[in-house]
Amino acid sequence: MVGTATSFAPKPPPSRGQLIALGPLDPRPAAQLHAMPVVFDCEDVEVYYGAFRAVRGVTLRIHEHQITAFIGPSGCGKTTMLRTLNRMHDVIPGARVAGRVSYHGIDLYAPEVSATEVRRRVGMVFQKPNPFPKSIYDNIAFGPRINGIHAKAELDAVVEKSLRSAALWDEVKDRLKHSALGLSGGQQQRLCIARTIAVEPEVVLMDEPCSALDPIATARIEELMRELKSRFTIVIVTHNMQQAARVSDRTAFFTTELDAKRDRRTGTLVEYDATSKIFSAPSDERTENYITGRFG
Amino acid sequence: MMTSVPLDPHDDLARGGALTGGLDLGAKPSWRTTKNALMIAVMAAAVALVAIPLVAVLWSVLAKGAGIAFHAFPDFFTSTIPVISRKAGPGVGPAIVGTALVTGGATLIAVPVGVLGAVYLHEYGGTTTFARLVRFMATVMTGVPSIVMGLFVYLIWTMSFGYSAFGGALALACLMLPVVIGSTEQMLRLVPAPLREAAYALGATRSRTILTIVLPAALPGIISGVLLAIARAAGETAPLMFAVGAATAYNPDLFHEANTALSLQIFGNATSAFPAAQDRAWGAALALVLITFIVTLIARVFTSRLALKR
Repeated sequence: MVGTATSFAPKPPPSRGQLIALGPLDPRPAAQLHAMPVVFDCEDVEVYYGAFRAVRGVTLRIHEHQITAFIGPSGCGKTTMLRTLNRMHDVIPGARVAGRVSYHGIDLYAPEVSATEVRRRVGMVFQKPNPFPKSIYDNIAFGPRINGIHAKAELDAVVEKSLRSAALWDEVKDRLKHSALGLSGGQQQRLCIARTIAVEPEVVLMDEPCSALDPIATARIEELMRELKSRFTIVIVTHNMQQAARVSDRTAFFTTELDAKRDRRTGTLVEYDATSKIFSAPSDERTENYITGRFG
Repeated sequence: MMTSVPLDPHDDLARGGALTGGLDLGAKPSWRTTKNALMIAVMAAAVALVAIPLVAVLWSVLAKGAGIAFHAFPDFFTSTIPVISRKAGPGVGPAIVGTALVTGGATLIAVPVGVLGAVYLHEYGGTTTFARLVRFMATVMTGVPSIVMGLFVYLIWTMSFGYSAFGGALALACLMLPVVIGSTEQMLRLVPAPLREAAYALGATRSRTILTIVLPAALPGIISGVLLAIARAAGETAPLMFAVGAATAYNPDLFHEANTALSLQIFGNATSAFPAAQDRAWGAALALVLITFIVTLIARVFTSRLALKR
């Protein structure tokens, strides 16, 4: 803890690391983090919406069984970059990805790669909880069913296991047949996480999963993420720097650049490193300004 | 646990008196509150105005139709139509069967084509020239007078195959189709995009997403739209006049021989010079209202069964 509020005596000004991180920073050296196998390898990625270039110059590697956080001000392309990792741009007319995104060495955007196959391996949790207007059971069973599991006993087992993994089982086990829309916001988001992990993906992408939740629900989701890290690779977009510092192993800081000629803002990657490094000794001045609150 | 505390008789608030200390939270008369009251009164009057014709229509149909319709129940609903229209008494049996055949046939033609067409237009057509052309033509078709549809069916069907319930079904299907397409596409547009994204993110294909997520989410709205189209078609008279004929006996065959319908019988009997026929027209009108009411009720119960418990 930074300090307990028992004394009113003036305290020395907090260090950069303390300003952001509420807990002790992960002491693991960056070299140890690099030892994990690479899942995504992005090289000079650019994303266009029509003629508008939303993101440029993103080169980063996402490693297995780690939580990678994307932080940065609004419009810096965090979410856009996240959605390139499971080809969610395919459903937006006019969206296009340039550069190279490879997943275990396979070019994700190669013509023979099927977007639905990619999304079965790379799941996604959205900013606002979006349960289907179906029962809790049918929400979780949706993914397994489209993958061909129809035996009731097997589905029951998957539903229970997924709900337990998402720490929701005890709260909903007596009303599995009730509508998922009757759950609270935090429960709905945990349901969405359970629904995502029910298809046993390798990667879970989370797009500001706690921005619609209160601090207690947020704490539960963060705890859940730490538990799920051993089974999945997690990439999270967050506006909350404390959250990035609390849960992630690596942090990528994005910002916007103004294209003065065309008066348009394009997002770009500024710095990508171990979270402990980003929040204690960032190498770029823009990162330092952002995490200390001087900008953004 | 709540415990009741006896009210303190010296407490201003407990006695319901004015707050001490000069703080007055009571409403003060002002132009704003007067305006508010005035607008509420205007809106209430508008509601009353809308209700008058509704109640009046229902009342006159009940008052004039109930006597003949429920005299020796259920004779009126089962007997054949008198061949000589000045003869007093029942019935409307063949017309009920005819209406069921004509409207049911039209529903069977228009609903699958309309719903599937709307799904294609919204999910796959988007803003392509073809989709926009179809959408535009559907809108134009909504405005085509129903008698034109009757003439059209007379030309393409009745001239070659003669009077039949199926001709009427074709004419009504032409009327229902644009309504079904329009309302279904509207309902599909209301399905929130995050639901589709959630399905895609689980690895669902587009067709799977449409079948298992989008259509069920839009279903109650689609059913309402379909019901509206059916209710509208069931009362149509003009398009049936050229196609169905004017039978007085039961004809359960959809494709052959002249048939009749409640709307046709109402028209025929109400324009007759004989009071006995006019009475029968009121009875037939009541039967039509009742059938529409029952169909709507059944559909409502059915859709509410689809909804989940919270």
